[in-house]
Amino acid sequence: MGADGSPAAQTFEGRQEMTSAALTSAVAKLRESGAVMRMTEEASQQVQETFDGDPTGDERMIMNMGPQHPSTHGVLRLMLELEGETVLRVKPVIGYLHTGMEWTGEELTYLQGPTNVTRMDYASPIFNELVFCLTVEKLLGVEVPERATWIRMLMAELNRMASHLLFMATNGMDLGAVSMMLYGWREREEVLRFFEMVTGLRMNHNYIRCGGVAADLPDGWRDHVLRLLDMIPPRLDEYDTLMTGQPIWRDRLQGVGAITAEECVALGVTGPILRSTGYAWDLRRDDPYLAYDEVDFDVVVGTYGDCFDRYAIRLNEIRESIRIVRQVLDKMPKGDYRVQDRKVTPPPRARIDESMEALIHHFKIFTEGFKVPEGEAYCAVESPRGELGCYIVSDGSSHPYRMHIRAPSFVNLQSLPHMMHGGLIADGVAVISSVDPIMGEVDR
Amino acid sequence: MAKEGGLLDEGLEGLNHNFLTGQLENLIKWARYRSVFPATFGLACCAIEMMAAGGPHYDLARFGMEVFRASPRQADLMIVAGRVSQKMAPVLRQIYDQMVEPKWVISMGVCASSGGMFNNYALVQGVDQVVPVDVYAPGCPPGPETLMHAIMTLHEKIKDGELTKRRGAGKGAGLVIEQRDGQTGGGRGLEQPVLLSRS
Repeated sequence: MGADGSPAAQTFEGRQEMTSAALTSAVAKLRESGAVMRMTEEASQQVQETFDGDPTGDERMIMNMGPQHPSTHGVLRLMLELEGETVLRVKPVIGYLHTGMEWTGEELTYLQGPTNVTRMDYASPIFNELVFCLTVEKLLGVEVPERATWIRMLMAELNRMASHLLFMATNGMDLGAVSMMLYGWREREEVLRFFEMVTGLRMNHNYIRCGGVAADLPDGWRDHVLRLLDMIPPRLDEYDTLMTGQPIWRDRLQGVGAITAEECVALGVTGPILRSTGYAWDLRRDDPYLAYDEVDFDVVVGTYGDCFDRYAIRLNEIRESIRIVRQVLDKMPKGDYRVQDRKVTPPPRARIDESMEALIHHFKIFTEGFKVPEGEAYCAVESPRGELGCYIVSDGSSHPYRMHIRAPSFVNLQSLPHMMHGGLIADGVAVISSVDPIMGEVDR
Repeated sequence: MAKEGGLLDEGLEGLNHNFLTGQLENLIKWARYRSVFPATFGLACCAIEMMAAGGPHYDLARFGMEVFRASPRQADLMIVAGRVSQKMAPVLRQIYDQMVEPKWVISMGVCASSGGMFNNYALVQGVDQVVPVDVYAPGCPPGPETLMHAIMTLHEKIKDGELTKRRGAGKGAGLVIEQRDGQTGGGRGLEQPVLLSRS
């Protein structure tokens, strides 16, 4: 018997399995249904009554979904208790992609850190690098050159576009709009082409480094971005034609998976899910980092907190990102792309051929890394999925003593049981899709 | 057959339509490598690149491979796209076992091939510890071009390889072929029935 009175499942995965409602205590059921942290007595009574149907009815069944399932965005596994087609309980089982990245991050030096964290949220790698570097820079007390800041903003906003385009593609496919899959990838490819030109890689760039960025923008970058900015908006209008106004699309999404702002806050949900409830919380505006206080943009909010609002918010956030990128193009300053602090920055490649000291410096910084003063720091950025935070404790050595990532996908996933409760199983797919979880970030 | 003007009376000239002759084996191989259906087995970053390869720009449909089957029972090829954790490994093996013969595996990316940069407690250090791998695609993540190269390498392998694949007694197709001297297992002094290993 488990601590809450329910029998432990006899599998190697132990208590992760879902037991039937008849065998599960009210406390465990409440915990599974999410949003239980600060529930009033009335609310908890209501939740208990919801489950009080006939727990042994003919239509009741426990179903497993995933971890290898095309609409779970990777390796998410859900245990569902169904009454016919209605979802009563949902239990996300995670860990199928646990990579031990926080542990690996403590083994790598600060210089190697971005290589590791960029592989967490692989749909928006730039944000991972950004938040890691911002935290390390906070510990170091390094002032990043202005041009580096603006390059970071440019890359971050383009990455937000790429990530949301990926969402458009997968969300369309999950709901049966398969042509959307092709369109979304087509546009994303255009953004990735720019990334490849700048960073040399399509994904997992390791472009943002502590103290700046890895390389300056190449010749012709401005024309490339301008071409991108002219190409994408008409295609977003195509999406509107294809999906936004379409009755099937609206029927599938409107009113599905609704959540309120209070529930979001109680569960720690951030990003488009929180904004879809009408709560205008965007770290770019509410806790400006980089130079977001110098650009003009709107925080897109929804009204009903349903899947349609989340879709519409992401679509319009692409438009806002385009607006920001245009301003970045106008304001991009000249100057250094990384800080000229020899402690943090390796010498330029050309110097290594001329100077023995530069060679030694290069060797030392890449083998030993640089030391970071003792202390702890937390920084957060607004990733396409919500508040992406990085917490680093330094013991004064060249490795983090502890590196923790506050992954928005992980926290947002908590809202799944709550949003899927009482809905149909077909709507469950729409809800999973609208949370847009990236399992690499959930499990790390 | 005995009808007037049939094959027996006039040979090939007696036919009023065209046809090709060839070895059955070649025909089967041709059919197999022209439409390999991959199972959707996306794990991590590489899955995004795998989907990109199926997208409009890279267009896996050119190789007859755009149909990613959701059910492993309908798939011929498992592209292990991403890092395989200790928790995922049994699931992966189960899905592999559910696929029907003939089946192939591409290990996509360094994490699947060797653990990559994550040499730690959580990851299986190479998916070939769990399932037999036919082609390894390097890269972190491999671009769609690399994946396509891996796929074409696999096509060559299917085209030139043996027709049936056996991986152990009673496994796979359940066929056991005894080898005699002069055949593959010959000269090695093996007394037990030798199973054809994959090239």
